[in-house]
Amino acid sequence: MNRVLRYKSFQVGSFGLLLALVPLLVTNRYYLTVMVFIGIHTLLVVGLNLLMGYAGQISLGHAAFFGLGAYTSGILTTTYHVSPWPAMVAAVVLTVTVALLVGIPALKLTGYYLAMATLGFGIIIHICFKELVWLTGGPSGLVGIPTLGIGKIMLDEPKAYYCLVWVATTAAIALSLNIVDSRVGRALRAIHDSESAAGASGISTSRLKIWVFAVSAVYASVAGSLYAHFITFISPSSFDFMFSVKLVTMVVVGGMASIWGAVFGAATLTVLPEVLTTFHDYDIVLFGLILMVVMIFMPQGLTRGALDIWDKYRFQRQRSLLVNR
Amino acid sequence: MAKTILESSDQVLLTTEKLCKSFGGIHAVKEISLAVRVGLIKGIIGPNGAGKTTLFNLITGFYVADSGVINFKGQRLNGFSPHQVAESGIARTFQNVELFDRMSVLENVMVGRHPRTKAGFIGAAFRLSGARREEELIREKAAEILEFVGLGERAHRPSSELPFGHQRVLEIGRALATEPRLLLLDEPASGLNASETRELGRLICRIRDAGIAVVLVEHDMSLTMEICDEILVMDYGRTLAEGTPRQIQENPMVIAAYLGEETIA
Repeated sequence: MNRVLRYKSFQVGSFGLLLALVPLLVTNRYYLTVMVFIGIHTLLVVGLNLLMGYAGQISLGHAAFFGLGAYTSGILTTTYHVSPWPAMVAAVVLTVTVALLVGIPALKLTGYYLAMATLGFGIIIHICFKELVWLTGGPSGLVGIPTLGIGKIMLDEPKAYYCLVWVATTAAIALSLNIVDSRVGRALRAIHDSESAAGASGISTSRLKIWVFAVSAVYASVAGSLYAHFITFISPSSFDFMFSVKLVTMVVVGGMASIWGAVFGAATLTVLPEVLTTFHDYDIVLFGLILMVVMIFMPQGLTRGALDIWDKYRFQRQRSLLVNR
Repeated sequence: MAKTILESSDQVLLTTEKLCKSFGGIHAVKEISLAVRVGLIKGIIGPNGAGKTTLFNLITGFYVADSGVINFKGQRLNGFSPHQVAESGIARTFQNVELFDRMSVLENVMVGRHPRTKAGFIGAAFRLSGARREEELIREKAAEILEFVGLGERAHRPSSELPFGHQRVLEIGRALATEPRLLLLDEPASGLNASETRELGRLICRIRDAGIAVVLVEHDMSLTMEICDEILVMDYGRTLAEGTPRQIQENPMVIAAYLGEETIA
């Protein structure tokens, strides 16, 4: 128990340390900006992974929660001059409320039906962002969102924002690691493996599914607020169906039910389109292709798949050592 | 018959009264009245499709009864969902072993502690002291149960790696972790060899001795006859006979409908 805890603290600690080194070595604003986006995507994917990877419930509408976070922060700080931090809290409250309202009927569905319901929800929210022009600025977006500050220090430099985003993301990773290795985390995994056995073991499967949906929405909302205050301009196209698909792809590529896999998936699929700028118009095709290849050859995701290959290699080596002896 | 048992004992734990369930015109369970008493093992036998598993699913809240009453410790269970049934003190296993395949043996049993513990998302995420202490207790209790069912040495193996016989035992262990007063076992011996079945019989007796009533749906006649205190025979969703193993073995109706002359010879 304590060993596990220490091992986990060690993981999170060394991860944090590694991240802390980046701004010392990297001064290029573009790279730091990419790193900020990786952080925001990681935050989203870690939350979605609790729902998809652990509880086994698919959401094709997560971009909507991301958008609700971003727009609530954006609207409150621009139109109503609320300061950013309370606005962020308000965004979380609103997003959780919406998640509960949507989740209570939707999570009675399973499999494709749940996917379709969340897909529909995502599209509705996207249309709201586009059509409620008086509130959201419509298709042309919302401009002039203030950057975040801590006290008098404005975090308007990518380097400062990098630190903020990654502190938040590392904290979210630590919290998720704690959740998955707990009574609630086991219950989530139980639902994924056998819903009837979970019920017979005294787990209220419907209530827990709704709660994990809400928790993953909290992650998305915070990510949305951080996103809005970073780029200071938001428009509906950032929160469309394609973005939901991208998030799902990140979870799958990283490996379902693996927190560190989520980090890897988010990083890979954020960097990839930047690297393959020549393919830019086809990046969604590329995502589809990656998803297919990963599902066919490494259904457990890239990280798990790589670990499995390593295990097999090690096992074979051990066996050959035994045989030679 | 069920009625006489009902009246003769004040130690009745579970009763069903005229429980009915049909699926599209087929009466899977028809007017089943039974009583399960504290400290006894009750066997339910009958040909395939007699309604035994349906009866389990009705009692444990997986199906909703068309009519009839389920009473457990003086509480009406009709309309309870599976997790509420588990909370009230009834645990079950499944005919096709339903383990959490991606968890270790120990974790499977730890899940069983769910209805007796309460840490939520916040407690877990921030490792609050209450949640931490509770987690420690969950782990201790689960380890204790693994020792009881004889899987202590396998605690940290993935549950999917266990041989089938051990998987059945693990499922019983997970059910015991919910601290049931009543344990429903759905064909626990199916797929087990003779020595595993004997081992299982001993485990079920130890569970009864620990004060937990057991209801056993089983096709293995020698096991059922050996360990059950009472047997209910079902056929076409109805009660065909009820009584002690000896009475059942001698009942001509049962012999005709189910056992066959050679089996009891």
